[in-house]
Amino acid sequence: MNTFFARASRHVGFQVGAVLLLLFVGTALVSLLWTPHPIDALNMRIKLTPSSPSYLLGTDHLGRDVLSRIMVGAQTSITVGLIAVAIGLTLGVALGAWAAARGGWVDEALSRTSDLIFAFPAVLIAILITSVLGASAQNAILAIAIFNIPVFARVTRGAALAMWSRDFVRAATAMGQGPVGITLRHVLPNIASVLIVQATIQFAVAILAEAGLSYLGLGAQPPVPSWGRMLRDAQTYIFQAPELAVWPGLAIALAVLGLNMLGDGLRDLLDPRLRLLRVG
Amino acid sequence: MDSLSRRHLFGAAGTLMGALATLSVLGADALISEARAQGPAKDRLVIGISLEPPVLDPTKNAAAAIREVTTPSIYESLGRIDRNGAIGPGLAESWSISEDGKEYLFKLRPGVTFHNGEPFDASMVKFSLDRLFAADSTNPAKSLYTDIDKVEIVDPATVKVTLKSPNSFLLYSLSLGDAAIMTPKTAPTNDKSPVGTGPFVFKERKEGDSITLEKSPTYRDPGSIKLNTVIFKIVKDPSAQVNALLAGDIDAFPGFQAPELVERLKKDPRFAVVIGTTEGEVILATNNGKKPFNDLKVRQAIAHAINREELISAESGYGVPIGSHFAPHNKAYVDLTKTYPFDIAKAKALLAEAGYPNGFEATLKLPPVGYAQRAGEVMANQLGKIGIKIAISSLQWPQWLSEVFKERNYDLTIVAHTEANDLDRYARDGYYWGYDSPEFKAKWREVLAATDFTKRDELLKEAQRIVSRDAVNGFLFQLAKIGVWKKDLVGLWENSPTPQVDLTGVYWK
Amino acid sequence: MLEFLSRRLAAALVTLVLATIVVFAVVEVLPGDPALVMLGTDARPDTLAALRAKYGFDQPLLTRYLQWIGGLLTFNLGNSHAYGTSVSKLIGDRLVVTLPLSALALGWAALVAIPLGVFAAWKHRRPGDWGVMGFTQIGISVPNFWFGIVLVLAFAVTWQWFPAGGFPGWQEPLKSVHALILPALSLSLGEIAILTRVTRSAMLDTLREDYVRTARAKGATERRVLFHHALRNALIPVTTVAGLIAGFLVAGAVIIESVFRLPGVGQLVYDSINNRDLIVIKNVVILFTILVLTVNLLVDLAYALLDPRPRIRA
Repeated sequence: MNTFFARASRHVGFQVGAVLLLLFVGTALVSLLWTPHPIDALNMRIKLTPSSPSYLLGTDHLGRDVLSRIMVGAQTSITVGLIAVAIGLTLGVALGAWAAARGGWVDEALSRTSDLIFAFPAVLIAILITSVLGASAQNAILAIAIFNIPVFARVTRGAALAMWSRDFVRAATAMGQGPVGITLRHVLPNIASVLIVQATIQFAVAILAEAGLSYLGLGAQPPVPSWGRMLRDAQTYIFQAPELAVWPGLAIALAVLGLNMLGDGLRDLLDPRLRLLRVG
Repeated sequence: MDSLSRRHLFGAAGTLMGALATLSVLGADALISEARAQGPAKDRLVIGISLEPPVLDPTKNAAAAIREVTTPSIYESLGRIDRNGAIGPGLAESWSISEDGKEYLFKLRPGVTFHNGEPFDASMVKFSLDRLFAADSTNPAKSLYTDIDKVEIVDPATVKVTLKSPNSFLLYSLSLGDAAIMTPKTAPTNDKSPVGTGPFVFKERKEGDSITLEKSPTYRDPGSIKLNTVIFKIVKDPSAQVNALLAGDIDAFPGFQAPELVERLKKDPRFAVVIGTTEGEVILATNNGKKPFNDLKVRQAIAHAINREELISAESGYGVPIGSHFAPHNKAYVDLTKTYPFDIAKAKALLAEAGYPNGFEATLKLPPVGYAQRAGEVMANQLGKIGIKIAISSLQWPQWLSEVFKERNYDLTIVAHTEANDLDRYARDGYYWGYDSPEFKAKWREVLAATDFTKRDELLKEAQRIVSRDAVNGFLFQLAKIGVWKKDLVGLWENSPTPQVDLTGVYWK
Repeated sequence: MLEFLSRRLAAALVTLVLATIVVFAVVEVLPGDPALVMLGTDARPDTLAALRAKYGFDQPLLTRYLQWIGGLLTFNLGNSHAYGTSVSKLIGDRLVVTLPLSALALGWAALVAIPLGVFAAWKHRRPGDWGVMGFTQIGISVPNFWFGIVLVLAFAVTWQWFPAGGFPGWQEPLKSVHALILPALSLSLGEIAILTRVTRSAMLDTLREDYVRTARAKGATERRVLFHHALRNALIPVTTVAGLIAGFLVAGAVIIESVFRLPGVGQLVYDSINNRDLIVIKNVVILFTILVLTVNLLVDLAYALLDPRPRIRA
């Protein structure tokens, strides 16, 4: 572990990523307790005002403080991203580990199913899913999670299969340990690093996806602020208040950049030979 | 000497080059200004519309966009709605109504031919009206015509329509595109290649892009039509609409949907921005059949919580406050915006009286249209101030139609009712508001039976008062009609008494 | 080889059949009544029933599924309920926007990414490499629809060099290309980043190969080594990834089409979902799926033919 920190202190990308992530999570945490203005304080008299000392990033089309809404928007991004990745991680790892341990038809069924999901145009299917279930943050999470499951399943399966051919696992099998025990005791702990790295990258992908769905009006519903939705609203006022279209996008880009840099950094630090799936 | 001559040489060359450059610039300028002077050809008009008509037959589909494009340019009806919403002669030259209001005798216009060459006569009228109320009718507005008992041909130029019960709105209904007169030969194919009697014939359609009409060679009064080609160009997005106008791709946008972008167009000297009225009442539709909205006090509390000034400000100031379900430009209109004036304290008191001192939670289901999305966020905020915690849910139109309108599975929604004379919906059984008032139904029967229009207007005012008093819905504002067109274009309607684009009097100055 | 080919083909077919079932099921459970959408709020129940019968919405599920599959197999996609025109014509009309847009984006991405990747590999572990890698990191992090909005702000609102959206139609070719430039640029951002990374790592791989070392030892110029020896071989994985991207680009353009209001295939599906034009949704989604499956299959086959090493995926 010491060497991890020693190497991390020399890895600029990892550090930049970590700082951006801290900023992202910190903003969300602060916004739980305090925002410069209440996020739903309508005031039509000051709509679309440019930035000023009391409204640092100006106000939107209903006269609400943009900075406050961006801060709370971080909560939305984190919630949606975190839950979507958690669902994908839990189910994907379970399925992938099962396929690796059991082989045969389980493995075949898993690869057919993930082939199927990867073959679908993701954006269109996500739009369809939210159309079926209704536009809301929960359903956006579900739509994103569905595409996360096969990503984790594949990564887990690949890494776990490699483990199953290692001598110490063979020895454990020979000593009569069952597949569940081996998976929990030997396989999963040894592939944890690849999963952590993949989860970081998927978190970034999920935030991008949430922003896209919200931009189409299919994510979190107003008055809950979400960055994608803010961009959608801002585009309507692009001639009057162009800067409104800048801030939410910048927030998305920085959050995603942070996670991507952190993910790549983690990979370098934990295991430089890892191959990652990039889908999305 | 040497250097001198060289300088001369360069000088000469320089002058020549300069002259050439000037010439070419002048030439280009001349070309450009010539093109500008020509401008859009004087008999060609490109009209922007924001929604695409699915088919081109108003008797098959309810979309307002179909009416914008096809009536009265392609199809005509017996009566004709003018720019003020009044009804004048259309394919019927004149008519008479019997004392009891049950028999209508229509005298048809002579010398009319369909675009396919067929002469127009009473048989086409009977055919077109019969299919409105027939048992297997798929006309979206069938319910407007179910009072008709029978349609008879008196002679080739006269048709008699007999009603089961009087209906003072029948003439209006028979002037709509839903009652367009078609010939049996083309009726089945009119959705793709429309054939009517109007001043323009259908030329071509590019799905998702445009619909082109041309002046009809068989129109009865060719001199009155100044345009040879009319192109309806579909531009859904408001900012793209502005761009198309600024780039000169579109000459006119009679139904511009984005009030927030109007300022940008007002700055441009090429355009006239004309603000008129529509038949669209934007209401906070309320499920009267569901707790707690079945309680009059709760609905009154909501009515007191509505700040119309703020709502209209979210529409960039375009819109007229309303206090009942009736268009302010109608002569039977009565101003009821003060029935329940904006008063938060009173609203809270009423909620407490109704048994909700701490308010309650409710959902607001919004259709995917700009005004509803804008008003929705403001409304949620205003209701929040009296303790009603609103969860907003955005629906696609199909979901709104099924969930809210058909299954009545909703608390509150925001929608514009854009049909004219739509106060009758408060008398309907099983309508989505769940409003059931014997008093209003009796009043509406009186309205329908009134063949004297002055008396009808008085009755309409009483009907508006009942709806306003019962606070059936939250009455927010009347949508404005924002028309944008080139300054030298004359004759487009300022107001929109019905969703039509009447091109008969339109010309370039 | 033949066995691999037939197994791969069989797997793709199974996936495709599963895909048709999933797509059909999802479209069936879409809430909302297409007849109600067509006829509107004043429609009477008997009118709605008459229309449903006319379009066969009242048929049993299996009948409708088989009818659809039958149509797909005979290349008869049926008629759109909303427009009344044939689905193939609708798709064709929209492909003439989406295909050039994707091609433009991919072409531009390759044009930028390959030199950048070569440069990064050449400057491996030096500031030039870091700069390029930093850029790619930004490229995959910036949402392309926001990049599109920013481009609109700069080049359409402020400088007015390009239109902010819309598509004039190919009867005006110059204007049309003009209208596709900003959307293609926004669409290409992420692809540039990915292709640059792939080019860089493929170049690094080939630069380590013996024949490159030999060439260097023989005194070949650096340019010749980079472009003649290394890049040529590195182009195999680059082309593969570009192919995979192409499959996704066509479908992935939906949000960019939305930003720039382009009447492309993505918008067609989006509009059809909003109109409940079920037959259009089913067909377009399944055609996209077939496209992706075919590209994947071709890539796998090409790899099996060209390269005996294990198959990789993007």
